[in-house]
Amino acid sequence: MPDLNPISLWQRLLAAPNDSRGKTLTMAFLVSFAAALAVSSAAVLLGPRLDANREAERRARLEALIAETPGLAEVLPGTGIDSLEVLTVDLRDLSLADALDPAQVTDLTPEDDIAGIGTRPDLQQLFMARDGRDLALVILPAYGQGYQSTIRGYLALGPDLNTVVGLAITEQGETPGLGATIQTPGWLAQWPGTQLMDETGEIRVAVVRGGGTTNYEVDAITGATRSSNGVQNMIRFWVGPLGFGPVLDALRSGDLP
Amino acid sequence: MTDLFLRAVFADNLILSFFLGVCTFLAVSKRVETALGLGAAIIVILTITVPVNQLILTWLLAPGAWGWIGAGDVDLTFLRLIAFIGVIAAMVQVLEMVLDRFAPALYAALGIYLPLITVNCAILGGSLFMAERSYGFGESIVFGFGSGLGWALAIIALAAIRERLAYADMPAGLRGLGMTFIVTGLMSMAFTAFATMAAP
Amino acid sequence: MRAALKPLFDPLLRDNPVTVQILGICSALAVTTSMTTALTMSLALTAVLMASSAVISLIRHHIPAQIRLILQITIIAAMVIVADLILQAYAYAISQRLSIFVSLIVTNCIVLGRAEAFAMSNPVGASILDALGNGAGYSAILMVIAFVRELLGFGTLFGITIFPTVADGGWYQPFGFMLLAPSAFMLLGLLVWALRIWRVEQVEPAATHVDREEALS
Repeated sequence: MPDLNPISLWQRLLAAPNDSRGKTLTMAFLVSFAAALAVSSAAVLLGPRLDANREAERRARLEALIAETPGLAEVLPGTGIDSLEVLTVDLRDLSLADALDPAQVTDLTPEDDIAGIGTRPDLQQLFMARDGRDLALVILPAYGQGYQSTIRGYLALGPDLNTVVGLAITEQGETPGLGATIQTPGWLAQWPGTQLMDETGEIRVAVVRGGGTTNYEVDAITGATRSSNGVQNMIRFWVGPLGFGPVLDALRSGDLP
Repeated sequence: MTDLFLRAVFADNLILSFFLGVCTFLAVSKRVETALGLGAAIIVILTITVPVNQLILTWLLAPGAWGWIGAGDVDLTFLRLIAFIGVIAAMVQVLEMVLDRFAPALYAALGIYLPLITVNCAILGGSLFMAERSYGFGESIVFGFGSGLGWALAIIALAAIRERLAYADMPAGLRGLGMTFIVTGLMSMAFTAFATMAAP
Repeated sequence: MRAALKPLFDPLLRDNPVTVQILGICSALAVTTSMTTALTMSLALTAVLMASSAVISLIRHHIPAQIRLILQITIIAAMVIVADLILQAYAYAISQRLSIFVSLIVTNCIVLGRAEAFAMSNPVGASILDALGNGAGYSAILMVIAFVRELLGFGTLFGITIFPTVADGGWYQPFGFMLLAPSAFMLLGLLVWALRIWRVEQVEPAATHVDREEALS
């Protein structure tokens, strides 16, 4: 009578008193197993769709960034971000690499970690567009800690590698209606024309409560100081000496292609 | 570290700035004694679960955690919700047993409020913030303790206010829950002043 | 028929999860700055609530008492993760704004509260109705609060401009306070007051004179 066994086993399980050791263990195991199965199936089945969504979002923001840059459309051979050059650089020695490696990171000391990211991945990608042999546009990825989430975005710089031509925020989980304003076109429209550094090379870019006055300053969002500071610190870190600072210097001097 | 601690207690107060754990906050704040007991329990649970969850996240779930057996690109972060909750429920169970054995008077005083902590959104929120902000182990302990202390301070303050308000004259419809909401609103307005403390 | 539908209609007003049972408040405060997010959160919560109540009701006779809480939470957490993944796959833009709050559905007291109070001791059909009722009650409160906060705070409803703001060349100076969380508390307090004027049976009894001496000494 082999086929009765699983059925009778099941019936014995159902009939057993709830607090018996065997039943407790079995129920715990069954529920955990079912839950794990449901979650893993969803993650695996929906995974590709999620990745596609994330990628599509990133591309859309990058394309919008390019579209807003004046004069760029004539410069780019094709349309959209596929016509940009991609440079994968090791931030430690400015050598070129083939691919990113998220495992290679440098720990940041609290004084250096102005963006609140803990560790800095050493290999980074940036995008460039050229006008003949000269650089027309450089796009840097940046991310940092906001008020209650990680803010991710792209900073687009003009040929002098010091003037912002655009800022795009691709990911943020800040307070809807307040900090989340950093992702709205209205707020982002302040960034084109902002200068990062002054003549001495000191980073001056800032997001200022109460309104920016100089060319280096952008207005913060009322009631969302921490989110605004998050954007400021993220940009300052990634254009600074521990971010793309040395890369930008090398691009300016011609040391990097 | 002191900056992190002060921020966790005041500027990032789990209830009055982020509104986590409000259900229990409103329901258990009728008397100062019970608020004290619940507050103490919350402090203990947060101080233990946030660092433990940090260890689990770093050594079991994060990408690269399994690199030591050659599975470096396994990324199990999507399991962190279940893992955190499992840890919290287990810790509450353990605390219950420890108190029952070594401090029966306290165990009796806390009574029903101990299992209630398992479903307090503040506890899970604390661990989720730790994950979001990538705190280290030491920072997690400070953050957990500070957050718990902030939550406890808030509920004790509200209980003290409610005890006095219970005998004030007010419209019948506002009595109890209605007035409690408004008082909590006023308290959280006061706490937004602390937000400027955190800005550099 | 009336009695069978009781679990569906009670939570709408008489036993509302937010204004009477004091459950689900955390998210009620956080996602109500816009009606779109409030609506999405309400739908997500109702879906998770119905699914988890159904499953827990299904196995209610076989849940050992010692691990009751963690079994319920495991089931609820799994539902929430799946719901979150579905949201991210099919409504990515909205899911970004709701991230931490969707995760917090797990400890949304309504889900566990109804599992404990109803699904553990009632058949599947009634549990689903109860879940739907509580979800609807919660949604109603959320939508009312969101209506006020979005209209007064932004001048819009569901993103559509109703009061053109001064910044956009209109006449309306937005009431910025409505976007800050304390306003949600105030609005909930006023809402509870209004409900108790309408439904006098929900008013809480006053403390007696004798207790007064004791408490103030």
